[in-house]
Amino acid sequence: MTGAPIYLDHNASAPLLAEAREAMVAALAVVGNASSVHGFGRRARRMIDEARAKVAALVGAPAEAVIFTSGGTEANNLALANPERRRVLVGAIEHDSVLRAAPDAERIPVSRDGVLDLAALDAMLARELGRPALVSAMLANNETGVIQPVAEAAAIARRHGALLHCDAVQAAGKIPIDVGGLGANYLSLSAHKLGGPSGVGALVALGGAPPEPMLRGGGQESWRRAGTENLAGIAGFGAAAGIAARDLDKAAEIGALRDEIERRVLDIAPDAPIYGSKAKRLANTACIGMPMVKGETQVIAFDLAGIAVSAGAACSSGKVAPSAVLQAMGAGKDRAAEAIRVSLGRGNGPDDVDRFVAAWSALHARTRRLRNAA
Amino acid sequence: MDAAAKINGGAAQKGDNRPKLPIYLDYQATTPCDPRVVQAMLPWFTEKFGNPHSRNHIYGWEAEEAVERARKQVASIIGADEREIVFTSGATESNNTALKGVARFYKDRKDHLVTVATEHKCVLDSCRHLEQEGFKVTYLPVKKDGLIDLGQLDAAITDKTVLVSVMAANNEIGVIQPLAEIGKICRARGAFFHTDAAQAVGKIPLDVNAMNIDLMSISGHKIYGPKGIGALYVRRKPRVRLQPLMTGGGQERGFRSGTLPTPLCVGLGEACAIAEREMGAEAERLKMLRERFYQGIMAKLPEVYLNGDHDKRLPGNLNLSFAYVEGEGLMMGIKDVAVSSGSACTSASLEPSYVLRALGVDEELAHTSLRIGFGRFTTEQEVDYAVEHVVAAVKRLRALSPLWEMAQEGIDIKSIQWSGH
Repeated sequence: MTGAPIYLDHNASAPLLAEAREAMVAALAVVGNASSVHGFGRRARRMIDEARAKVAALVGAPAEAVIFTSGGTEANNLALANPERRRVLVGAIEHDSVLRAAPDAERIPVSRDGVLDLAALDAMLARELGRPALVSAMLANNETGVIQPVAEAAAIARRHGALLHCDAVQAAGKIPIDVGGLGANYLSLSAHKLGGPSGVGALVALGGAPPEPMLRGGGQESWRRAGTENLAGIAGFGAAAGIAARDLDKAAEIGALRDEIERRVLDIAPDAPIYGSKAKRLANTACIGMPMVKGETQVIAFDLAGIAVSAGAACSSGKVAPSAVLQAMGAGKDRAAEAIRVSLGRGNGPDDVDRFVAAWSALHARTRRLRNAA
Repeated sequence: MDAAAKINGGAAQKGDNRPKLPIYLDYQATTPCDPRVVQAMLPWFTEKFGNPHSRNHIYGWEAEEAVERARKQVASIIGADEREIVFTSGATESNNTALKGVARFYKDRKDHLVTVATEHKCVLDSCRHLEQEGFKVTYLPVKKDGLIDLGQLDAAITDKTVLVSVMAANNEIGVIQPLAEIGKICRARGAFFHTDAAQAVGKIPLDVNAMNIDLMSISGHKIYGPKGIGALYVRRKPRVRLQPLMTGGGQERGFRSGTLPTPLCVGLGEACAIAEREMGAEAERLKMLRERFYQGIMAKLPEVYLNGDHDKRLPGNLNLSFAYVEGEGLMMGIKDVAVSSGSACTSASLEPSYVLRALGVDEELAHTSLRIGFGRFTTEQEVDYAVEHVVAAVKRLRALSPLWEMAQEGIDIKSIQWSGH
């Protein structure tokens, strides 16, 4: 291993921001349950209200629309609880927490570039007009970074009388979000993807259809989510949301680093697929295939070189399954198993690009034999 | 500086018997995060930020190791195997998962649950929700002392009973249910036994095997750990299965999806380890403080009633009814002492406590009740200060009360026919 470790796995979990850490340490010193009426409780309540305002501001929502949860997975499960037994349609490239929360949902296909097929959505909704539907479409894909036409999907959904849930876990803090402009009824957020702590997220629920509570008990979160509030986590989320909103314009710098990585990889191997590169993407994400080399092998090789990347999404990292997202984009099983995700963030610089490309190049050269034999 | 002094901001200087104000005596609502727990969490806030599920790089490995160490610490305090511990976002989620998860998994064979009228709201609300789904639920009453009747429990269980849920220690009145006896009955009758031990873990010895407990809910912030983390113990032998509440990445062996918050898991683990080490001595200290408060009040005020059994009770809990004094008013009258007039989760409502009503406490007296919680950072000076101010406030409020005056004159308040309004 040469030099300090390099973290290029920000889509799995972003490092905690100093501001978020400070807010959490301060909150951990606060004694009190936010539901208690005494001064200790009211102080905790104020910290939660402040954080709620900051999270709401990040996505242009009213504060009361924000329901704090234990994370993006809970937010997605909450949005898709579907007590009215609506017909559910989900994008084929959604996160597992959406796909598994709605196991019987119809899958909306995506293009080869990984973009939701709006014409297909329109046709699917038109097929059963009588039945109310719920559509779930992510704002940016966690593996490819491809930004989805959610506003257009929401307009189509509205035209057919359907509700729309948007999993904005990967997009929040990376691109500007205006929930009103998107036209989503529900929006999922996760703190640890944007520099806040893990263990906290939110479902933003706007107008009309309040979600069916999944956790029942106390009257926290206006009876929409029971359980004593994760005070430190929420305070950290609020602080991170504030910084993320301020730093949105830094995406261009990160984008330049990402583009440099892709350009140099293609110089080395013009046949290396870069998934979603023709579509609008998050500036920080690159999904790169190395022909004939399993993603798992690449991840281990990079780790030995002191570079953290991932194959597929972190939650399924343990399993050696080819990426379902890439397969939905038309990549065959073999190709889909040869991709890694490189996701940059705050703190990455040109040196990291050099070291990543050097490691990629070395591995590519070492595995040339494999390709020649094929 | 020791932990207590740190929490109290270095209060109680030598020769100064006045504690730092305000005084926190609401340890059943939540406990301060122990500074030692915060210390254990801090490294995971900064230099170590990996996703514990990222199995292929060092950031993920370190995080996973820390989470597994914490899991062992949690398992140890209840005599479980670490593979039986599922991390959750807190006891509310644990309770919701245990009740709904088990009921839904076995619904083809069994459709009946047994619980108790004095359970925490999140258990009762989960049961009500299950009733809407078609399950039958028996709500056992409690005796005047707050404990269940084991004969009634045995009689309530049928061959259709999938789960019995009885809390270990009550959040309002602190009474400790006879867990070992309940576990024995459940095992003999073929029903799973779930206990909401949010208030009991780390306060009294618990052993899932000796007590035949099949599922147990654990909370972080009730045992000097952080909020936003808890655990659910799920027995492996004989195996308990459940339908998860949250699906997705399949973390926690499929019982609970979602990225695990490493610092929070570490915090819960450390909190359990500290509690396991210190529980014995701390329980004695708290009992002493509790009795100091109780005797202090009883010696100076007439017509104060203890709710719940005196002995089978958490060392750090008192629940007292101060006849003729409205609980909310009394709370306002002792502004420097933070206590509660019910559970925190329902404290915004002015309804009398359903727990006290279930004990048979009449509505007027239920309205006069305070829950006083003592804990790790409570000092003798604080107890003495609190006694002094509660006594003064009760005397003051009673002096203003026409009902108190009538009672002193020997008029039976209940015989009065109040005009409608």
